[in-house]
Amino acid sequence: MIKIFLPYKIRETLGVPTEIEADGSNLRNLIDHIEDAYPGVKDYLVDEGKLKPGMSAVIDGKTTRLGLIHKLDDVSEIHFLPSIAGGS
Amino acid sequence: MAENKVKKVAVNTTINGEEMDILVDPYVSLLETLREVIGITGTKEGCNDGNCGACTVNLDGRIVDSCLVLGVEVEGKNVETVEGMATPDGLHPLQQAFLEEAALQCGICTPGFLVSAKALLDNEPDPSEERIRHWLAGNLCRCTGYDKIVKAVSKASKKSK
Amino acid sequence: MVSTSENKNYKVIGTRPIRHDGYDKVTGRAQYGADIKLPGMLIGAVLRSPYAHAKIKSIDTSEAEKMDGVFAVMTSKDLPRLGDVVRGNSEESGSEKHLSENVMAFDKVLYKGHVVAGVAAKDQNTAFEAVKKIKVDYEVLKPVINVDQAMAKDAPILHEDYSGDHLGKKVKNSNIAAHARHEIGDIDDGFKKSDLVVEKEVDMQTVHQGYIEPHTGTAVWDEEDRVKVWTSTQGSFSVRDSVSKVLELDVSRVKVTPMEIGGGFGGKIPIYLEPIAAVLSKKTRRPVKAMMSRTDVFDATGPGPGGKVKVKIGIDSEGKILAAYADIRLEAGAYPEAFIEAAAKCVFSCYDVPSMKIDAYDVLVNKPSSAPYRAPASPQVAFATETVVDEICEIKGYDPIDFRLKNVAEKGTRTALGPKYRTIGLKECLEAAKNSDHWKSNLDSNPSPGKKRGRGIASGYWFNIGFKSSVNLSLNPDGKVALTEGSTDIGGSRASIAMQAAEVLGIPAEDVRPSVVDTDSIGITDVTGGSRTTYATGYAAYNAAHKLIEEIIEKAALKWDISKDHIEYSDGIVKSKTDSELKMTLKEIADDPPGGPIVSSASVDLEEAGGGFAVHIADLEIDEETGKTDVVNYTAIQDVGKAIHPSYVEGQMQGGAAQGIGWALNEEYFMNEDGVMLNSSYLDYRMPIALDLPMIDTIMIEVPSEEHPYGVRGVGEPPIVPPVPAIGNAINDALGLRLLSTPMKPSKITEALKRKK
Repeated sequence: MIKIFLPYKIRETLGVPTEIEADGSNLRNLIDHIEDAYPGVKDYLVDEGKLKPGMSAVIDGKTTRLGLIHKLDDVSEIHFLPSIAGGS
Repeated sequence: MAENKVKKVAVNTTINGEEMDILVDPYVSLLETLREVIGITGTKEGCNDGNCGACTVNLDGRIVDSCLVLGVEVEGKNVETVEGMATPDGLHPLQQAFLEEAALQCGICTPGFLVSAKALLDNEPDPSEERIRHWLAGNLCRCTGYDKIVKAVSKASKKSK
Repeated sequence: MVSTSENKNYKVIGTRPIRHDGYDKVTGRAQYGADIKLPGMLIGAVLRSPYAHAKIKSIDTSEAEKMDGVFAVMTSKDLPRLGDVVRGNSEESGSEKHLSENVMAFDKVLYKGHVVAGVAAKDQNTAFEAVKKIKVDYEVLKPVINVDQAMAKDAPILHEDYSGDHLGKKVKNSNIAAHARHEIGDIDDGFKKSDLVVEKEVDMQTVHQGYIEPHTGTAVWDEEDRVKVWTSTQGSFSVRDSVSKVLELDVSRVKVTPMEIGGGFGGKIPIYLEPIAAVLSKKTRRPVKAMMSRTDVFDATGPGPGGKVKVKIGIDSEGKILAAYADIRLEAGAYPEAFIEAAAKCVFSCYDVPSMKIDAYDVLVNKPSSAPYRAPASPQVAFATETVVDEICEIKGYDPIDFRLKNVAEKGTRTALGPKYRTIGLKECLEAAKNSDHWKSNLDSNPSPGKKRGRGIASGYWFNIGFKSSVNLSLNPDGKVALTEGSTDIGGSRASIAMQAAEVLGIPAEDVRPSVVDTDSIGITDVTGGSRTTYATGYAAYNAAHKLIEEIIEKAALKWDISKDHIEYSDGIVKSKTDSELKMTLKEIADDPPGGPIVSSASVDLEEAGGGFAVHIADLEIDEETGKTDVVNYTAIQDVGKAIHPSYVEGQMQGGAAQGIGWALNEEYFMNEDGVMLNSSYLDYRMPIALDLPMIDTIMIEVPSEEHPYGVRGVGEPPIVPPVPAIGNAINDALGLRLLSTPMKPSKITEALKRKK
């Protein structure tokens, strides 16, 4: 099982624990599994079949650029975080 | 507006060794004259109020901010800009030193620094670091922290000796 | 240079060739934004609001339109009204509505200098005269110009129609555009168990990036509704996206040609004049060029956010940090985005802390819309954290480097946002600082009479983004390689990108000729920003060079009629592995290769480059009578991953330090209560000059990034983070004073000394 950490505001709003566990062959289907356990989460993470604008997924320390098709082999933790603006 | 029309003034001047006759509106700066009338754009505008030095040119041996001089004021005078530094034989030692020492990042302030530094080395072939920093105090650079600019000027001074 | 990477015997990487664009830049030939001149070109000028906060009741342009030499006048009626759609998830975030409103005000002006109308005329003078004839009837409102005013109860509201996101709840009629929180572990427990808890709040004034080249925008709108734009920008593709959105055009109708860029530091990511020039061109069918004055640049572009940051840290009796809390309130300016997520990511980034909590507020104020400024929001939060750490060391008598090493973040450390670090080099930087000549030197070796000396140290972090880049290569018949790329070159990146292709090909850097091309001529490339360019575009160049070698081998196989498997390439020579007679130079294979010319392209979309850390040491000499501070000795230490062109890496470290020193000692938006900046010239917004600074020593540490074939990390941003706290800590060392607000200018020092007595 992969350890999942959702953003503070989603946890607060939907009453999700700080750390949850889920599995999935890729990010899309992992999110579907989270949705099964915690209905409502998917709306915060996915929009029009993509990771929602303003949302990023950090998979074992690396922010995915592939989004929902990112394959999850040998992954131990995923952090969903607000994406970060800035950079110069 | 037609009744307020200001007449252009004929000016005879020498730019980088080339004597020329130009027509200039009397309210236009030397900076704008170089860039818009003569059409050489190496001299840059950073502030248009004499505080950044990006528009530095050499006027009869003195460095000036060309944004603070009127185009009509160069009648009968010699103006040297960055475009006049290199010769067909190659770069001025300062230009070469700026390249070798990586003394530019974005490069917008570089023409002003080169013209200023040339005026220093023309008169003082071996300035100290302190002297270089004093001399270049009228030229702003936001990229380099000046370190490599000071080193390049110092290197060029040693080379030209 | 200290390197932990094994010596790979690079031929090109790590050398210091003359940059390819250097000759044009030292001779005045290089064309920057203002240098473009097109046939029939008109000059555009804009009318700006004199008020920081007002409703626009009406605009009368009739007098301006009647003037001789005026070709067109525009207002926001000439722009489409956009809905509140959130754009993308990369570095240019924000809503389309706000993007458009910031270009030209629709109903309200939200900062002094906000554009309300535009004019195209035969020359600049006529355009300026015409602008003065536009009459605007305003209903003036009270402005809010700092986070305290903006967050106060009953504060005037900037955006009545906007809902802020407060921990997931939508809240109307608030100037808090967002309140975000991050939490790891139990800080209440951590503070309870602490032996010492130190808390400080710092107050940072708004600052400007200060690039010497003012913004420009030149455009042609043709009869086919295609818009060509020439501008000085950090991202030609982000300009294309933004312009196409503001004008509601398909992106393919907009072509952006990047001019040379005279500095940006983040401030040349947003668009300002480009859509205005485009609309004026549509109305006149002539090219229009618009330029800003220096005062326009200060009044209406990019500042780096001011704000207040409170940090509280608790340690146990052994000097181990147990808990950390931050309350971060940053000015977004007129539209949301004060980089609060970046602030949260950076605030405790240098330390391994078991429990952390961060509250961050994105606060709307009547100032220009904040733009990124070199490690956006990281210096603001580092000032608070590094001051608290210094105070802890002072109270407990700890050596400031030993304390930082004891609590150092390293690979596997969990960060405040949750994810663990991959390979980073902060520990190596701190060790190098400890072993540096500077740190070992005697501070008072040469004191001036009547002055006090002090030494300060601080650390800082930036995370170095990745994203999209594209590179094309073409092998010319003379065996040299043309490289085209989309990253505008703000400080030597043509060289650092070409060098990576040259390294792969085994040819000199000079034999790869880089060109930065327009948006129709290269694949999408994200902004030159986030310290991503040498990393991401360099990676694309690396991949493209490998593909070029595959092409070369394929052509050689055709020519020699042998299998590809029997051919190898190295250092500019393609040869048979079995037949020593069969070999060709690049020039030979490039001369009429079978099946067409030899070309390649590659694109990437990369994750973060791996964090970059910097440690700076500052020695100051302060005149107690006047409060004037001189920086007498300064050392910048940084993990650069791998320095491709070390001179330009040093240049980034020195330039970042210089900007940080200016921020610490002099720079601020000095505003009156009406929200008018009173020092909007270089004379009064006093950036460091050559005389203000000493030589800045650099120590480059090379802990290779795991994410790049040569170990490149970004280098541009970390060096602006440590200077403010390093200087604050040095002032404390000299005078026993904690100045907690920037700039730490002479008057603040003399006043604090008076209070102390």
